[in-house]
Amino acid sequence: MRPAMAVFNKLLYAGILVAGVIAPMLFPDYTLQLALLWIMILFSLTWDLQGGQMGYNSLGNIFFFGAGMYICAVVQIGLYYDVADYTAAFGAVKVDFTDQQYFTGLALGVIAAAVASIGLAVIFGRIMFGLRGPYFAIGTLGVALAAAELVGTWEYVGGGGGISLPVYPGDPDVRSQFFYLLCFILTVATFVCLRWLYTTRFGLALNAIRDDEIKAEAMGIHTTRYKTVAWTVSAFFLGMSGALFGNMIGFIEPLEVAFPTTTFGIFMVLMVLLGGKGTIWGPVIGAVLFHVIKEVTWTYMLGWQWITLGVLIIINVIYFQQGIMGWAQEKWPERFGLVVDRRTTISSKEESA
Amino acid sequence: MSTPVIEIKGVSKSYGGVVANRDITLSVKQGGITGLIGPNGSGKTTLFNSIAGYHPIDGGSIRFMGKEISDFNVQKISRLGLVRTFQQTRIYGKMDCVRNMLISIPHRNATWRDMFAPYDKKINDRAEQLLEFVGLYAKRHLPAGSLSFGQQKLLEFAMALMNEPKVLMLDEPTAGINPTLINGLIDRLHRANKEFGITMFIIEHNMRVIMNMAQHIYCLAHGELLADGPPEEIQSDQRVIDAYLGAH
Amino acid sequence: MLDNLSLLVDAPVLNAQLLLDGLFIGATFALAAYGMALVWGVMNIKNLAQGDFVILGGYIAVSLSSVGLNPVLALPIAVVIMFAFGWITYKLIISRIIDRDLFTSLLATFGLAIVMAQAMNLIFGADVQTAESGMDTLLLGDFVTVNEIKIVSLVIAAVLATIVIVFMKRSRMGQAIRATAQDVRAARVMGIDTDRVYAFTFALNSAICGAAGVLISMIWVIQPYFGITHTIRSLVIVTAAGLGNLPGVIMAGFGLGFAEQYAGFVFGAEFQQATVVGLLVLILIVRQIQQARHRQVVQ
Repeated sequence: MRPAMAVFNKLLYAGILVAGVIAPMLFPDYTLQLALLWIMILFSLTWDLQGGQMGYNSLGNIFFFGAGMYICAVVQIGLYYDVADYTAAFGAVKVDFTDQQYFTGLALGVIAAAVASIGLAVIFGRIMFGLRGPYFAIGTLGVALAAAELVGTWEYVGGGGGISLPVYPGDPDVRSQFFYLLCFILTVATFVCLRWLYTTRFGLALNAIRDDEIKAEAMGIHTTRYKTVAWTVSAFFLGMSGALFGNMIGFIEPLEVAFPTTTFGIFMVLMVLLGGKGTIWGPVIGAVLFHVIKEVTWTYMLGWQWITLGVLIIINVIYFQQGIMGWAQEKWPERFGLVVDRRTTISSKEESA
Repeated sequence: MSTPVIEIKGVSKSYGGVVANRDITLSVKQGGITGLIGPNGSGKTTLFNSIAGYHPIDGGSIRFMGKEISDFNVQKISRLGLVRTFQQTRIYGKMDCVRNMLISIPHRNATWRDMFAPYDKKINDRAEQLLEFVGLYAKRHLPAGSLSFGQQKLLEFAMALMNEPKVLMLDEPTAGINPTLINGLIDRLHRANKEFGITMFIIEHNMRVIMNMAQHIYCLAHGELLADGPPEEIQSDQRVIDAYLGAH
Repeated sequence: MLDNLSLLVDAPVLNAQLLLDGLFIGATFALAAYGMALVWGVMNIKNLAQGDFVILGGYIAVSLSSVGLNPVLALPIAVVIMFAFGWITYKLIISRIIDRDLFTSLLATFGLAIVMAQAMNLIFGADVQTAESGMDTLLLGDFVTVNEIKIVSLVIAAVLATIVIVFMKRSRMGQAIRATAQDVRAARVMGIDTDRVYAFTFALNSAICGAAGVLISMIWVIQPYFGITHTIRSLVIVTAAGLGNLPGVIMAGFGLGFAEQYAGFVFGAEFQQATVVGLLVLILIVRQIQQARHRQVVQ
């Protein structure tokens, strides 16, 4: 990499880190929206791991988000109280967590969410990765929808009524900043982890699976291992993000909050599409653009928001599928380290019979 | 040059009522080049697919290096050292040539830790050497999908070599390539066979090519083994000539 | 749950009720699934908005019935409207995703599904609705009740299915459709205007969905967000039966109807949706196991 690029990169990362840390101080009223922005970026990055890098379009990644959310909540409450009693009474059971109980519960809850998500990815990966093409997308969508439905009937976790989470012990502003920071750290960790992954053999194997899975199998690559591990990585981060999000909202409910397949679940795909599949920055750019525009315009749309969203998806996927990064890479390939053969290919005429 | 690396006995395979292979018995000797010829539709690629593990066979046995592989899957067979190329050349289109090569290293002994390792200089050098060997060094940073058809065939060949196979099954390696470039390809195939010690089993339509390269040739027709022998015999075998001219 | 199960054993007549209800609703499922299989087989488009087309048809019936038109009479009107809607949708959206990769077609139709569901929500509101047909309820034996409208619906479904099948076999367009499905290039070479064929196929599917929707609005309920569940039902049936298998689609449609009725009875009404999705996952798993035995992948 040219020295100028290397310096630019370092400045870029430093700039983002600084901006990330001070943002809630600059815009205190928007702290929770900013926290959600980091979660959106995490959504995009993890979706791209399957969709952009590996070629498996999952419509059900939101499954891990919701699973992590519920597991964290159950651990947080269950450590100190009986969950069944708590949910049966719809919060009428008085729960009083000491500061220490709250934070311990939260920490253990997030860890439990991460571990459980890994387990779920391994189990469901076995089932899902035998499916290709449309069946994988539909199958994953089915899993997420089924989870929403089934959790909604499970009285232990509150059924359709949902669960209220323990209240943060402290000032609401501090609470916002606290969760903002956690979301920020988690997303940065996701980015760093994925960026590293893409420099290893792992990243290359995923790309090979995307470009031609039959060839990858024929060359002896352990495709199932790679696919499962990739999904596990996504699940790991998604589960934790769900745990944090649940606590931020304060109340979780299966269809709208935990497993929102038609909102967050599809946003994941759209954001990556917008920013550019298969690149490390594409998902980030797409997420930022999408979230910012959405937050700004949503309230003015008077019921037309979702229709606009649907139209956006259609237009994007038909006309602008390469996304912003894809478009940039086509225009200025050398900046991205890509080599393009600009000579007219006389050689192809020479070589074909 | 005497022990068979691939031994096929009585292999049959049908697809939806059509018998693609009926009771085929042949063997590929170690170290040499064996040819598989036959008119279109005679079942050559089906046989290749059966050996490579793409589908279960209806009957018979397939042994590779003495091991029965007829119920192994594609990856397992490939990791044993039996690598095949495809009639419709398969390469990783969005990655550049070097990356295509890097991912083609043998995964025989790949451990979980290997999954996350970076590629070291040795592997990189080998990739570039093999690209040089097939004449693609200058294009090594281009995306594989932007190469011409002939160049992609060469890349696929280089990737196969990178995989350090014991036996290489090539499905019509010269198909669609301009005649003036075929000699270069034949030369490289010979060198791979002699210098790298790779046994080859080749499906070919180009008689000039296969008669010059192979020590032993099998001819299929209508799904059955019609004739086999050294090139001189096959060339003058009336049954083979009739099969190609459609007298059957 | 176990109580409900034992009830089925103790009172066999309950089974008759469930089977009958499953039959009636299953017929509409089979109709919609056939349309999906048609578009999938001919154009290789997996229409994730299929269920929303169904619901739209239902809303046409509901709207017309609110101004006094009996939904049975509204059916032909709905079919025509939906045919036109399908044609327009093809021209605007679907024509641009033919021959493109799977991701494009899945996402574009999913986007369409969102647009349709939300538009219907805006226009018709979020309540569940039914198209009143003012028919009586029959009593069979002592315990089995059947709405006359359900019988009418089954008859209509059978008639429609027959019309479509005959059309596909005998008419020129039907033959053109089947030729295009088999080999697009050959069809073009033979002078078939494949774009027109595709438009017609999609419009036909839209009309079939519309008809199914009218029937569903008569014998059940519709709601703007029920579309995705109907899409999944069609997917379940098409996956279970396979693309070219019409008798299979009919059987699977009835089977799904039965399964839903039984699940709703044994596990509770809130489980009905979960059953549909659960069946989808189950069928995909079964298919995967089958394909693994042939060492193929589920494409």
